[in-house]
Amino acid sequence: MAEVLLRHMAAGQKGVITKVKASGELGRRIRDMGLTPGAVIHVQGRAPLKDPVAIKVQSFVLTLRNNEADFIHVRVDEDNE
Amino acid sequence: MNSNSGEESLIALLGNPNCGKTTLFNAITGARQHVGNYPGITVEKKEGFFSVDGRALRLVDLPGTYSLTAYSLEELVARDFLVNERPKVVLNIVDASNLERNLYLTLQLLELGAPALVVLNMVDVAEGRGIRIDGAELSRRIQAPVIPTVARSGKGKEELLRAAVALADEQRTWTPIKISYGPDIDPVLDEMEAMIASAEFLTDIYPARWTALKHLEADEQVIEKGREVNSELSSKLEALARRVTEHLQRTLDTYPEAIIADHRYGYISALLKSGVVERDAKADRLFISDQIDRVLTNRFLGPLLMFAILYMVYQFTFQYSELPVRWLEDGFAALGGFMESALPPGPLQSLIVTGVIGGVGGVLSFVPLILFMFLAIAFLEDTGYLARVAYMLDRVFRTFGLHGSSVMAYIVSGGIAGGCAVPGVMATRTLRSSRERLATILTAPFMNCGAKVPVFAMLIAAFFSEQRAYMLFLLTLMSWASALLFAKLIRSTILRGPSTPFLLELPPYRLPTFKGLLIHTWERTWQYIRKAGTTILAISIIFWALMAYPKPPETVSRAFETRREQVLAKLPDDLRQAVETGDAKGAPAETPTRDQTPAIVQGAKEELRAIAREEAEANLKHSFAGRAGTAMEAVTRWVGFDWRTNVALTAGFAAKELIISTLGTAYAMGEVPEEEDISLSRRLASDPDWNRLKAFTLIVFIMLYAPCFITVICIVRESGSWGWGLFSVLFNTGAALLLSGAVYHIGIWLRLGV
Repeated sequence: MAEVLLRHMAAGQKGVITKVKASGELGRRIRDMGLTPGAVIHVQGRAPLKDPVAIKVQSFVLTLRNNEADFIHVRVDEDNE
Repeated sequence: MNSNSGEESLIALLGNPNCGKTTLFNAITGARQHVGNYPGITVEKKEGFFSVDGRALRLVDLPGTYSLTAYSLEELVARDFLVNERPKVVLNIVDASNLERNLYLTLQLLELGAPALVVLNMVDVAEGRGIRIDGAELSRRIQAPVIPTVARSGKGKEELLRAAVALADEQRTWTPIKISYGPDIDPVLDEMEAMIASAEFLTDIYPARWTALKHLEADEQVIEKGREVNSELSSKLEALARRVTEHLQRTLDTYPEAIIADHRYGYISALLKSGVVERDAKADRLFISDQIDRVLTNRFLGPLLMFAILYMVYQFTFQYSELPVRWLEDGFAALGGFMESALPPGPLQSLIVTGVIGGVGGVLSFVPLILFMFLAIAFLEDTGYLARVAYMLDRVFRTFGLHGSSVMAYIVSGGIAGGCAVPGVMATRTLRSSRERLATILTAPFMNCGAKVPVFAMLIAAFFSEQRAYMLFLLTLMSWASALLFAKLIRSTILRGPSTPFLLELPPYRLPTFKGLLIHTWERTWQYIRKAGTTILAISIIFWALMAYPKPPETVSRAFETRREQVLAKLPDDLRQAVETGDAKGAPAETPTRDQTPAIVQGAKEELRAIAREEAEANLKHSFAGRAGTAMEAVTRWVGFDWRTNVALTAGFAAKELIISTLGTAYAMGEVPEEEDISLSRRLASDPDWNRLKAFTLIVFIMLYAPCFITVICIVRESGSWGWGLFSVLFNTGAALLLSGAVYHIGIWLRLGV
């Protein structure tokens, strides 16, 4: 069980959000989309230029830029790599 | 009270983007809908009317939002509408296959106390994914009616409407629900609520607890309103909120907003626990949509397919609209011809044929183009592919301060040479972030639209005939480079600011409904016709007057008349008749008897035509436009343009295709039809005043200068202000002067083109 930033997760990895460090508009948007501590996310893949990243939350796919993913801390499920 | 007083009951439609809201709206209202804008802003306002058992109802489709905060225009519009208009019922559409996130909005609606009816949409999709929802149990827990529907097929629509009318008849007062936000927030929330309630602070619009919550969430709009109403209480509330914020940051390293959101989601999962949602074991399997994405957004295959698809959209838009566009153009040309023969020659004929029919025809000829463009975009949007395009291209466009979705506007505007900036500017509607959208609107006209291309082709034929393909490719690259670089410039100066958070949902792929596509396309096209039509008619009449007035003094026209008489005097009497009945005005009339007429008549006709062309040149030079063109030489001499080029460029502001015909008139070539520009091209090539450098300078200028006024009107409409329309005229012309001047002077310095 290691804690990493969402930016550093690889495609196919799964994890649980532990912290969202963003405030203001970005923080609000992130939370509106259901990315709150405890949410399970699954990295679907990345755009051809490695940015943005596509993740699955609940049962929808959300994309966010790497510099936005930097605010999201995730506890990665190691067996699920 | 039954609302039979002629007043319709107001029902609002609220929901997340991609939850089937528009489909439901179309299913309920059918064709009886009307699209406008909320006053002063560009968010679309859709309204429709329908009746249930004789009851007249008005349905307003609020913009799709994930939340009711004050960060985006869409959210503000939705929130303000709810509190100001007080709809009798709020239909809250919820995507059943994404219940948790959708209920986040529902919860905020219930906290506001609005009479909500939850529409559990897409239950079929949810069931396909192994999710079954007990609507009755959910309804019991949230204390609001819940109706399952499938908007695409219209299933559940009748039950929904009946439930809505029943709820409207209840005339419920707005009763907010109370959610606990835990030990850190609750005490201060209660304290603030009590203060607000006793002072009746904003209680006429918002529930007391809600206002307190918004102060803790640092909601600018509500805080601002509060300051205006009661600044003393407002500063007390702000101080309380600040204290909590500081405390939370110190002890838990978090913000009140975050805790509030956590508790909302906690509340939702408690709601859904035990008995409401039932999931099949197979729910974890890959959805079809994810499998499609493995191909369509693949690192290597994705971009290739994307370029192929965008190219197809371009082809579809421009090829299929070509024929109807030509029909319309021919139709208006025929109408113009008819009016020309029906009305006596003179100012009235000229006004109607050139000013009115020419102007309106110019606008309406765009309609098929816009129709096909919107159809193509609606298709890409409704299938969900457009979101993937934004996802794949965002990294590139972000470098220039734009958004992944900007690509559509650029391509349609002429990113593939031959587009049109009018639908291009309108295509930015798919962009939700305002700074990026405005930067896209302002730079899309730099692309080489279909009206600039013939002008370029004429100049290339005259001066660069051996490098045609290479030149066109170079010009395409140049327009992309200018658009992107100017976007970067605009975004780092007047539209400076961080990029709007991207956070884009990739909706599951769906097959669009035919009806939805048609309604979508038609309403946007109709908006263009209605709004653009009126303004453009007025402007095209002004342009006509500028080019036609004032007439030169009597002496000048008499001199031309004398020369005409001299030509006729040289002819024998019987032949004079033939010449005069031919076309004394000298328009290039081709009579079938041409071959049989004696050479002397031919010669006389030729001379008369030449005189008429010279007269047209003299008239143009004497008109307001001509004088302005001459006056502008003071500036344009710097880039090597004389009055002839200036007048042509001024006419080009009315429509870029007019550059060629006006240049023809100014060089006494007669009106040069677009396809027959060979003679003008030859004339310029042999003119000692012209050379390759001057031609290239003009090309650069035309690529960049003021968009045509139809585009300007669209910019005004899409940006919501005349200021931006004016800006685009001045900024683009300034940019054009600067860059073409640089080309010209560097060229002279390097002794190019001589």
